[in-house]
Amino acid sequence: MPKVTVDGIEVEVPAGSNVLQACEAAGKEIPRFCYHERLSVAGNCRMCLVEIEKAPPKPFASCAYPVNDGMVVHTDTPMVKAARRGVMEFLLINHPLDCPICDQGGECDLQDQAVGYGGDHSRYHEAKRAVVNPDLGPLVKTIMTRCIHCTRCIRFSTEIAGVPEMGATARGESMAVGTYIEKALSSELSGNLIDICPVGALTSKPYAFVARPWELKKTDSIDVLDAVGANIRVDTRGAEVLRILPRLNEDVNEEWLGDKSRFALDGLKRRRLDTPWVRQNGKLVRTSWPEAFAAIEAKLAGVAGDRVGAVAGDLCDAESMLALKDVMASLGSHNLDCRQDGASLDASRRDFYCFNTSIAAIEEADALLIVGSNPRHEAPLINARIRKRVLAGKFPVGLIGAEADLTYKVAHLGTSAADLAGLLEGTHEFAATLHNAKRPMIIVGLGALRGDDGAAVLAACWKLASATGMLTSEWHGFNVLHTAAARVGALDLGFATGKKLAQMMNGGVEVLWLLGADEFDTSKISSNTFVIYQGHHGDRGAARADVILPGSAYTEKNGTYVSTEGRVQRGELAVFPPGEAKEDWKILRAFSAMIQKPLPYDTIEALRVRLEQVNPIFATLDVLPRFGCGDLTGPAGDATALSSTPFLPVVANYYMTDPISRASATMAACTEAHAPAHAVAAE
Amino acid sequence: MTELSAPDRTEPTSFVFDNESNAAIAVAVAKYPAGKQASAVLPLLDIVQRQMARHTGSAWVPLVSMDAIAERLDMPPIRVYEIATFYLMFNTKPIGRVHLQVCGTTPCWLRGSDEVAKACRDFTGIKGYGETSEDGLFTLTEVECLGGCVNAPILQVDDDYYEDMNGERTLALLEALRRGERPSRGSTIGRANSAPEGGPMTLLTTPAE
Repeated sequence: MPKVTVDGIEVEVPAGSNVLQACEAAGKEIPRFCYHERLSVAGNCRMCLVEIEKAPPKPFASCAYPVNDGMVVHTDTPMVKAARRGVMEFLLINHPLDCPICDQGGECDLQDQAVGYGGDHSRYHEAKRAVVNPDLGPLVKTIMTRCIHCTRCIRFSTEIAGVPEMGATARGESMAVGTYIEKALSSELSGNLIDICPVGALTSKPYAFVARPWELKKTDSIDVLDAVGANIRVDTRGAEVLRILPRLNEDVNEEWLGDKSRFALDGLKRRRLDTPWVRQNGKLVRTSWPEAFAAIEAKLAGVAGDRVGAVAGDLCDAESMLALKDVMASLGSHNLDCRQDGASLDASRRDFYCFNTSIAAIEEADALLIVGSNPRHEAPLINARIRKRVLAGKFPVGLIGAEADLTYKVAHLGTSAADLAGLLEGTHEFAATLHNAKRPMIIVGLGALRGDDGAAVLAACWKLASATGMLTSEWHGFNVLHTAAARVGALDLGFATGKKLAQMMNGGVEVLWLLGADEFDTSKISSNTFVIYQGHHGDRGAARADVILPGSAYTEKNGTYVSTEGRVQRGELAVFPPGEAKEDWKILRAFSAMIQKPLPYDTIEALRVRLEQVNPIFATLDVLPRFGCGDLTGPAGDATALSSTPFLPVVANYYMTDPISRASATMAACTEAHAPAHAVAAE
Repeated sequence: MTELSAPDRTEPTSFVFDNESNAAIAVAVAKYPAGKQASAVLPLLDIVQRQMARHTGSAWVPLVSMDAIAERLDMPPIRVYEIATFYLMFNTKPIGRVHLQVCGTTPCWLRGSDEVAKACRDFTGIKGYGETSEDGLFTLTEVECLGGCVNAPILQVDDDYYEDMNGERTLALLEALRRGERPSRGSTIGRANSAPEGGPMTLLTTPAE
């Protein structure tokens, strides 16, 4: 590894590093606008200039200059300072002096670096240029006069998002960054443009003129609008969630976040359940907590335990699901289901329902088969990781399912479970691709498991995995891609026992407790069933409910979530739930006391101890050890009973998949903007 | 030749390469290795601009044609837009039938390009660079150095250089162009290529044997 001396500090950096990285290794901060670790090097902002000994006597752009062994770099010589001041002066020539009305203010790279390298006044007295703002859709606001042409957004959309729609048109003084033709960016990752823009050219449209960064309280949390478990930061002021930003986690979301997770937050303020309701004479009327509990207690009297059931929704935290499970057990019921979509998931072994390879290890795989999934819509961040691997080269991807643009090249191998047969028999050419790969992987989407032959598809996929060398002692290439943040946690807690949802709906139970369950047709629940809905939004579940218990959304409670990879993560309470609403586990604890069967925990800490007792996996917070597969025995199911009914997409409209995003005006605007692509499939 | 008529300058809603273009595209694409066909985007833009001139009389590159190029070369449309708007030789808006390009760079300017430009404006009624005359025949633009400084000033008409111009000869040229004629290109004062004015100035004698 080359040794480099930066300002007298000797550092060793990996071969192929650039001078900027060497300076960072030596603890020297190098100002930059265009350089970004995850994007290709452009070298066009010229802010990162340094001086290098025994090289031509001129400043070098450190981001675009490779290190050599024995190189001596200076970052604080008069020449470097003068050069950077000169670059800054040029950048500011055409940059408007509108910081007081700019949403980037307070978190602007240009503002910060101008403090270090800018002059106290401008020597430029000529007219500044002005640029027309392109309309990039409902999420990204453009004020292109502020653009300094770093081209980060162009490189992001081309390289990471895989939608090459942004570019720099014209030249010189007329150069403008945009899409040239008016169109909304067709990416699920477009919100990240706001984060990578170093100035206020691309800002958040819904967040425009809302708050200054220093007014916000920042709370670490976990995203629940898909099953990736992206790490987020919730920015709040008072009782309001104002914005959601990604948090760095190299193993999960890197530093990106999907648009739904970032922008659906206005849904947290609309259609909220803020008080208990009870149905009287067919109409829901507002009531108090004791009366709501009394109504449930009265209904439960005399009902056999087996005639009671519970369904956990897609956004639930593990704590509330466990509390509900314990309440059900105290009532003598083990009718629990978390599979609202009716997916055939085998909970007998953890690696039958997890994304075992792990998201980060996608980069180590060398072949991929996707079955019944559209990762671009079901988990945009996992799709971005697959694209990253595809761009690295030699990564064949096969797809069985509805044809879709996944932003990378895919070999379309079929549309239904029956198309797996050719791969299983080894007659299809892609079977050889998988066989020859050293670390092949398969992603089974819920679209493949929701049909009547779901169990067969799961068994067939496992069989294919074991036959093509996906399951070895150090590599586990079998993956189930979930769309619900609560699903893996629910399965870990054993929330799939007794009567299934379909049975419960058809009169299998007299009392049905829905914990945030909105993703099935609640109007088909037998009219004789007494439905309790505990949740935060007035959505499908609440519409059918006889008693409504107002719960809290994910930003309003301390909760544990298990992502599709099986990673246990914890989100913190950022704001308190509105009105009378309470944290969900507390509601269940209070109810248990009301019916004289109190749950054995009074604090969330005690509840978490109980979580660990039920499944020790809940003790391993954040970390996810790598594992192989020692037992090749597959999930139950007849691997040959594969139907030729085409797999249907799980996510018909990426922007609306849950009660929060369905209540969001921003998501409605996105649905509208992308109507040609989504409207046909909309429910 | 008959007098020039105004070209069709409406925005097309579709674009199809004609046979002549297809033949030229095959030649252009074949110059690059397989998988690198996007390198042929510059020749293709030129081919399109010439096809538009043949079919409509206006040499320009409409948006639909850029999309057609992107599809033919398997590249994102924005990459074609970037290139077409970067090079001033591609007109992204319709122009007149005759494209007058006055070189305004220093040598031509020192030798009287202002006079050439004025003659163009006076004859066509165009007020400023980038505009098209009311009859739709002429578009006037200012271009950077055409590399013909030795015969400055230069007026480029479509593909042809007219050299050693002045106001008077510019007016005569424009008259001829309007009549539908194309005077022979090159120096307008009769010198051969860039040889000295009035015949050879050096090496007038042959050395004795």
